Amino acid sequence: MNANVGIVIVSHSPDVARGTADMVRQMVGPEVPLAWCGGDPGGGLGTSVQGVLDAIERAWSEQGVAILVDLGGAETNSEMAIEMLPEDRRDRVVICNAPVVEGAVMAATEASAGSTLDEVRRTAEELKPA
Amino acid sequence: MNGQARASVLLRHAVGLHARPAVKLTKLAKRFACRIGFGLAAEGPWIDAKSIVKVMAAKAPKDSTLYFQAEGDDAAAAVAALVLLVERDFEDVD
Repeated sequence: MNANVGIVIVSHSPDVARGTADMVRQMVGPEVPLAWCGGDPGGGLGTSVQGVLDAIERAWSEQGVAILVDLGGAETNSEMAIEMLPEDRRDRVVICNAPVVEGAVMAATEASAGSTLDEVRRTAEELKPA
Repeated sequence: MNGQARASVLLRHAVGLHARPAVKLTKLAKRFACRIGFGLAAEGPWIDAKSIVKVMAAKAPKDSTLYFQAEGDDAAAAVAALVLLVERDFEDVD
């Protein structure tokens, strides 16, 4: 059982999502459950509710999961995915209002210290454009 | 017991306290229970060394001196560990 909050990265572009996950792994380390999703099955841009649900499952932690999204559908599909979660998990998944790359690194750094889901989200959202 | 510790160390890292060093410094600070202030001058102002957003925003340039002051049971160990991290140029110490 992982004691750290998990991080899910949702981008329309699989390259952006995978690259962001690589940055989190290399900058923060392996101690944070991490998953990404993005792109449609044809190789184009897109996001899907099922993709987000699968990513939440892969990054699942009893402490909860923080989701970072890029634009539009990434957010609405993430909201729908959260609604479709079992009731006992729904309250432990949040979408952070933060830039996807920077927010993911900030959130993961906070999560690596064993912080709560609320603390992880606040740290990601504390980030302001310079 | 309520320990206090302070120290300063010269930042030699090639491009200053950028993303990866800032993450390492914050992660290390978070291992300790004490309050840790981080500043770019001996008299402060102090920012929370456990805040990744604030540490990264400090944008400490190369050849600046980093100041730490800590308060709490493990203050001395925390300051020593942070100074060592900077002296070792943020090499992995795990």
